[in-house]
Amino acid sequence: MDPVLLVASIMVSATPILLAAIGEMVVEKAGVLNLGVEGMMITGAVIGFAAAVGTGSPVLGFAAAALGAAVLSLTFGFLTQYLLSNQVATGLGLTLVGLGLSALVGAGFEGVRAPGPGKLWIPGLAEIPVIGPMFFRHDFMVYVSLLLVAGVWAFLKFTRAGLILRAVGEDHESAHALGYKVVRVRMAAIFFGGACAGLGGAYVSLVRVPQWTEGMTAGAGWIALAIVVFASWRPFGVLIGAYLFGGVTVLQLNLQAAGANVPVELLSMSPYLITILVLVVISARGVHGAPGSLGRSFHASA
Amino acid sequence: MKRRTLLASAAMGLALAAAPAFAQDKPKIGFVYVGPVNDGGWSQHHHESAMKMKEHFGDQIELIEQESVPEGADAERVLTQMALSGADLIFTTSFGYMDPTINVAAKFPDVKFEHATGYKTADNVSAYSARFYEGRAVTGYLAGAMTKSNKIGYIGSFPIPEVIRGINSSFLHAKKANPDVEMSVVWLSTWFDPAKEADATQALLDQGVDVVLAHTDSTAPLSVLEKAGGYGFGQAADMYDYAPEPRLSSIIDDWAPYYIDRVQAIVDGTWESHNVWQGIGDGMVGIGEITGPVPEDVKATAEQMKADIAAGDYHPFTGPINKQDGSAWLAEGEVAEDGVLAGMDFYVEGLTGEIPN
Repeated sequence: MDPVLLVASIMVSATPILLAAIGEMVVEKAGVLNLGVEGMMITGAVIGFAAAVGTGSPVLGFAAAALGAAVLSLTFGFLTQYLLSNQVATGLGLTLVGLGLSALVGAGFEGVRAPGPGKLWIPGLAEIPVIGPMFFRHDFMVYVSLLLVAGVWAFLKFTRAGLILRAVGEDHESAHALGYKVVRVRMAAIFFGGACAGLGGAYVSLVRVPQWTEGMTAGAGWIALAIVVFASWRPFGVLIGAYLFGGVTVLQLNLQAAGANVPVELLSMSPYLITILVLVVISARGVHGAPGSLGRSFHASA
Repeated sequence: MKRRTLLASAAMGLALAAAPAFAQDKPKIGFVYVGPVNDGGWSQHHHESAMKMKEHFGDQIELIEQESVPEGADAERVLTQMALSGADLIFTTSFGYMDPTINVAAKFPDVKFEHATGYKTADNVSAYSARFYEGRAVTGYLAGAMTKSNKIGYIGSFPIPEVIRGINSSFLHAKKANPDVEMSVVWLSTWFDPAKEADATQALLDQGVDVVLAHTDSTAPLSVLEKAGGYGFGQAADMYDYAPEPRLSSIIDDWAPYYIDRVQAIVDGTWESHNVWQGIGDGMVGIGEITGPVPEDVKATAEQMKADIAAGDYHPFTGPINKQDGSAWLAEGEVAEDGVLAGMDFYVEGLTGEIPN
């Protein structure tokens, strides 16, 4: 088995869930639980595909995917933030709507080819033996996803806006009392989460597979949700989680293809086992890392 | 609660009374599908075959369809409803509908049922399935002939006899074309997950494989092969969008002749329960046009093989064949029995790896 090829395909396989998970983490940091990641991803997948086919530009495809999924997520935001609907039920509804909507939009796109983004060749770094082909010869979205993680980390840790977002997520009553617009902050977070999920979905339909098929995200959104918990709501934890999940999937397939005698079931199960283990460890420590107001509706008069 | 029961039984009584009256006018034919009718594979082909059947009979019959019906309790509800609404013949087109079909059939002795790919039958329940392994012999041969690295890959869904037959048949015939060929099998535990199918294809390519056979439902493997190089085949559907390359040929399910035949039996009143397993010869399994840079002699051999299987002159499992552990399975000239094939749970000699449980 060639480790260079393996690492390169792990990066491709992890990127969609990394994008979706980092967006969902910001949403949850603002105190909102949006279970509609799968629906936003599949919507992003079809809109990104359609836009890339229509314009011939993968960059515009990704932009359209982000915008489309973000607009869809605003319906979730409107229902949960203004009409105070139950977040869990609305999120599940969003997934169902996304799956149905994408099937409808995508009906004419089965078997169509979309232009995919070319691989970048980062000057200097790409020529380094071993390291170059592993890390520096990917398409631009791989680097966008990594920059997003760093950006989110810096935003939450060093900026005033990041502090406000965290405050809203930890205790919306206090944040409100301090004069922050809880609902507006949350709507912005939901919009960002939707855009990230849309990018992740478009990465599946434009790079990883690359084609449009109904239901093609096949549960990636749920894995993204699990990764946020696995990461204890920390950006670099999300990065590790996504690469671990993506890595195990690819490693498992490669081991099989190489004819290694490994119990397939055990390997595919391992990320979930690790998630449970992490949950046990963090609850034993008593610090679970979940934002204090996660999943709770906020109403100013309450 | 009481009122609901009353209403339900009243409705049932009405429907039962009405059913024979309709049946005499126009046979009502029902179809139940496990996926959406535009899935590009399994359910779509059942649906298209049903439409061909409907075209054949025109106004002589009435067609009712229900898509995306989960296997299990929901299936029983749907089947009962169809039977109550006066269906005369119901096709249940997925393996998991087997027990629901048998259960509902027992309650409606006058309604006929046809269950796909199962093995249980009753006086009013037939079973029908296709010998896909006959098609796999042809695509396996092509794969063996077209590999340059002597490595071919196979993407398997679940380790059930149907899939294992396909793997064995493909491998045996790839070896006929190229005695040095090796085959890697990757199990995915899903019928449909394009991202995983794409990753598996990529993993096989990374291992030096250059021809990939698949027993999953999406076109993702062909999509990856088109981008990364290598050859593949259409599965369940022709997948002609990917011709001439990377798609070399395909295995197509064609249920239309069977459906026309069975509905005709209902129209004539000659329907009887049976258990059939049809292949290339009966037209249930089709081989798509051979495309791409396949040399003329290879193409001719593959087409001859198809013709011989169709005519019954050649059986894809003809000895001598040993099992994976080296023990003898079929002696020289011996042909595999249907019973053994139906429950096949072992690899043939030369395949590496183990079948997961």
